[in-house]
Amino acid sequence: MTNPLLSVRDLHAYYGRAHILQGVSFAMAPGEVVALVGRNGAGKSTTMKTIMGLVPVSSGDVAFNGQPIAGREPFEIARRGLGYVPEERRIFSELTVLENLAVGERPPRPDAPRWTPEQLFVLFPNLGRMRERPGGQMSGGEQQMLTIARTLMGNPKLVLLDEPSEGLAPVIIEEMAKAILKLKTEGLSVLICEQNLHFARLVASRALVMEKGVIRFDGAMETLMTDHSIRERYLAV
Amino acid sequence: MEFLVIQSLNGLASASSLFLVASGLSIIFGVTRIVNFAHGSFYMLGAYIAVTIIAAIGGQDALGFWTGILLAALIVALIGALVEVVILRRIYAAPELFQLLATFGVVLMIQDITLAIWGPEDKLGPRAPGFRSFVMIMGSRFPSYELFLIVVGPVVLLALWLLFNRTRWGTLVRAATLDREMVGALGVNQRLLFTSVFMFGSFLAGLGGALQLPREAVTLHMDLAMITEVFVVVVVGGLGSITGAYLAAVLIGLVHAFGIVLFPKSTLVLAFLVMAIVLVVKPYGLLGRKPSGHAARGQAIPEPLLSPADRPTKLLGAAVLAVLILLPPFLGDYGVTFMTELVIFALFAASLHFVMGPGGMHSFGHAAYFGLGAYGAALAVQWLAAPMAVGLLISPLAAGLAGLLFGWFCVRLSGVYLAMLTLAFAQIAWATAFQWVEITGGDNGILGVWPSEWAKPKLVYFYLALALAGAGIMALRHLIFSPFGFALRASRDALLRAEATGLNVQQLQWAGFTIAAVLAGLAGGLFAFFKGSVFPTYLSIPKSVDALLMVLLGGVQTVSGPIAGAFVFAGLEEQLVRITAYWRFVLGLIIVLLVMLFPKGLAGSVLAWRERQSGDRS
Repeated sequence: MTNPLLSVRDLHAYYGRAHILQGVSFAMAPGEVVALVGRNGAGKSTTMKTIMGLVPVSSGDVAFNGQPIAGREPFEIARRGLGYVPEERRIFSELTVLENLAVGERPPRPDAPRWTPEQLFVLFPNLGRMRERPGGQMSGGEQQMLTIARTLMGNPKLVLLDEPSEGLAPVIIEEMAKAILKLKTEGLSVLICEQNLHFARLVASRALVMEKGVIRFDGAMETLMTDHSIRERYLAV
Repeated sequence: MEFLVIQSLNGLASASSLFLVASGLSIIFGVTRIVNFAHGSFYMLGAYIAVTIIAAIGGQDALGFWTGILLAALIVALIGALVEVVILRRIYAAPELFQLLATFGVVLMIQDITLAIWGPEDKLGPRAPGFRSFVMIMGSRFPSYELFLIVVGPVVLLALWLLFNRTRWGTLVRAATLDREMVGALGVNQRLLFTSVFMFGSFLAGLGGALQLPREAVTLHMDLAMITEVFVVVVVGGLGSITGAYLAAVLIGLVHAFGIVLFPKSTLVLAFLVMAIVLVVKPYGLLGRKPSGHAARGQAIPEPLLSPADRPTKLLGAAVLAVLILLPPFLGDYGVTFMTELVIFALFAASLHFVMGPGGMHSFGHAAYFGLGAYGAALAVQWLAAPMAVGLLISPLAAGLAGLLFGWFCVRLSGVYLAMLTLAFAQIAWATAFQWVEITGGDNGILGVWPSEWAKPKLVYFYLALALAGAGIMALRHLIFSPFGFALRASRDALLRAEATGLNVQQLQWAGFTIAAVLAGLAGGLFAFFKGSVFPTYLSIPKSVDALLMVLLGGVQTVSGPIAGAFVFAGLEEQLVRITAYWRFVLGLIIVLLVMLFPKGLAGSVLAWRERQSGDRS
């Protein structure tokens, strides 16, 4: 990759004394949608949190847009155009939909798509129908859409999307997949953590397979889908 | 009818300042999760600074007066920013109790700085231009400034509502109250947000203080008097709810206004009754909600496992005991006196450790039980001519009864809520001792509480104290490693799981709270006969903080820590008083530095260091 948007090299991170990331390395090109898959506890979420600065980097490098970001604070990393959508959604439950979006709002940047609440309501029509509803009174699927929309309000170049399909009904998952593909055509890059291979295959062309804190496979989604042995070794429960 | 109206108006007027300070405290707590003890000090500074500024710019005309009030509030906001940037920013990750303690260190420092700048005399502020007259209400003269204050409360409430619901800053503050980490991940500079919130809260406190000028004299006691009432208001209204703070301020204001006429000596007790009733009906206050989601998680630091002393520790303990038994006969009177104080404080600290460590209840008012024990003994001697033995029996009994009563309310809450409630109870106990002059002698205390003839020699009394304190400490240790102690720790570490295994957590904690009170009471009784007198200071906040410092110095996570902490601390304060008139400032500084340098406590820092060492080796 000549000019990667995100490059992670030999990343290590700990939770207390537990060594979670044991040398994670990969890179992403601009405009790519990449799926990060692996069993529970493989370190997928921790990879995202560490890139975002929410878990301290113990060693290794992270570069975004050619600039080193390891050791920076989450808000600085977010301001450089990295959006983070957490697994638990973390909607501000007592704030309305519009207020949730307002918290995510950042000035536009020249090299990324620019979002307004109205554009986001086109992408997620459900949200447009409940602008004044408190986040705590929304369904799981609606909250998931809101948390993505909230991150998009920061006009990011790359979004780290942690398990967007978790706990959602199949119909909603399909809607979500459509929205992500739409984002891809807008020129947004997405790194998506997924347990649901079916969903990952719908949106991503490339896959990273993680096991015990390292990347074991880095290649085309189709290769992963056809190579039974990789899935057997790293994904089967 | 006239009485009702006038007293209601009085109540509403005093509610306004209370509301300004309480809302500031609530806003700061919402975002930073710090209960700022120094908020009462900011209120006091607002009043002092306003006096000086108005005098300097000549506040006889309206412009000068109101400019002075506003400038004073702004200066207090800057002082708040300074405190946040220099101290609090470094301790956001520390346990709640350490944060509370650090802000109390700030209280002590501000007290002495105020004393140094403005001197010990009370200051009288100017009357407000345009509001110097009276209004006739139902045939009574009612100060027009009071009417002005009545308006201030709802106006500020409305302004706050607009600020939080109609501005981006307000939206960010509300979001940060719910999940501050997520706000950071969305690109908001939390540091800036925290500092601005702290400034704003301090501004409100400063304004509240400055607006009091035309009403009452400015004194050095305004800080703790106000913070106690504010804690009551915030607990009653619901922490984090601005509207709740206003309702509670009005309620407490009215209780005071009527109480001061109907029961002049029991105003604080009345406030306590109101608080008790509210908490029984709504444990999280009038408009408060049970904390949930990310806000409720806090920074849970896993408590290390307590284990019975290993062989070397046991040998060390035996050696210390041997020294305590064998050494005193060779010491002079001064030495024996000093060691008597040490063993009494060790028992006091051990009882607080029991409720805080294994009990997991952060008491900020443990002196209440120490003091009630002391008063129990002294009152028995004074009014019943009881001998020492009876007095020492009444001490733990009196404190235990108070523990039963106060504990019943306390165990219904947890975390900072519980800490504020214990503090409020302690202040009520203090106020009773202070105000009920006929029985307690008020500020003059009770003198002539001497031991029986046989225990009068200092050495004999030392051995008596050692025997009783030693027995108390051993009993606590025994309890910690008994099934009761295990159940108590299980309740602390995993409330829901403990309940699911069939433990009655509230009852366990209630029992733990009462046991700690009983032993603190015994320590208080021993202290009363040791000093020969009792004073309201035995129940005061600084006394509670002394005990906290002993426990935190030694470390909450160890059983013998508080005993060591008591030994280290007991000398410190006495020496400080001797060295400098501004000992409060030095003590406050020491507290703040301790918390900043060892945010996990001395023992916690040692444990963390040990862990790193073993981690490096593996």
